[in-house]
Amino acid sequence: MKTSDTLVALAFQFTSLSLVAFGGANAVIPEMHRQAVDVNHWMTNQDFAALFAIAQAAPGPNFLVTTLIGWKAAGLAGALVATAAMCGPSCVLTFWVAKAWDKYRETAWRSAIGAGLAPVTVGFVCSSAFVLVRAADTGWKLAAATAVTAAVAYFTKLNPLWCLLAAGVLGMLGVFG
Amino acid sequence: MSDRAADAAPAAPTPWTLFVTFFTVALSGFGGTLPFARRTLVERKAWLTPEDFTETLSLCQTLPGPNIVNMSIVVGARACGWRGSVAASLGLVGAPVIIVITLGMLYSRFGGLETVRHALVGLGASASGLIVATAARMAEPLLRNRPWIAAPFILAGFGAVALLRFPLPYVLVALGPLSIAVAWAWKRNRA
Repeated sequence: MKTSDTLVALAFQFTSLSLVAFGGANAVIPEMHRQAVDVNHWMTNQDFAALFAIAQAAPGPNFLVTTLIGWKAAGLAGALVATAAMCGPSCVLTFWVAKAWDKYRETAWRSAIGAGLAPVTVGFVCSSAFVLVRAADTGWKLAAATAVTAAVAYFTKLNPLWCLLAAGVLGMLGVFG
Repeated sequence: MSDRAADAAPAAPTPWTLFVTFFTVALSGFGGTLPFARRTLVERKAWLTPEDFTETLSLCQTLPGPNIVNMSIVVGARACGWRGSVAASLGLVGAPVIIVITLGMLYSRFGGLETVRHALVGLGASASGLIVATAARMAEPLLRNRPWIAAPFILAGFGAVALLRFPLPYVLVALGPLSIAVAWAWKRNRA
């Protein structure tokens, strides 16, 4: 695929994802994965897991995996196009809705939309977990690392970054084979 | 433009202070920016009351897109209109984007090295655990408060996207309105 075609594909994909990413970027990871790995072959499953890990370990908002997908697909221009496409449409929408928001604060339909979208969003975030675990865990030791991190993040107030660091060091030492 | 010296505390945000504040929030937010955003906007800057923050967050979560980016848009817009939104969101996104591109370059340069590859395999396994925990934490209150109307939609969303690999936007268009209708009926029944 030519670079310009790839940029158009990135812009189209992330613009539409921006407007359906209820619950934030975590909810649309399965679709990013489907497009980047299965449909467009921009990267392998392992690349996707690695880029997601880098985005999580870096400071900043968690949608940055978008930037890395764009970068992997089409270099610097791809990174900028993907980032702008992921943020732009939802930002414009938010800007306009915020103005009208106070007027509708207490209305029943507003809270029904929130309450109705929530379980669907949770189903999507569960899908994200499923896709990422399948990409990352190729052996029981890696599955154990996933389980320990999940348990620490769910049950304790410890900063989960320590788990990422520990898993990275263990990996470097060859523990996961 | 109002006289800057005339007004008392808390200092009203300008586009520049919005930029700097969200810039700081982004860089301190290892493993999620939301707690830092709250600490900065509510406790340090006092731009929002705790109630404002929760209300604004719920708006940003109802709308599509990255929640924290939406929040920078709303906080910026309330303070300084569209200029505030642009300043706040660029402050939030700018530095992390540069950092992550740098890391991506390092990955493509050194990602082939045995040690780096091994480290990333471990990091990836751990990072996927974070999303497992996020999913669990999001599911828990729904399953506790209204299990019979939440669980079917959680399972349907999961089945369609994770197992059947349907494109997510279609699944949302199919399940979203149905789930909203059910939530509407449920709220009416309880009222």
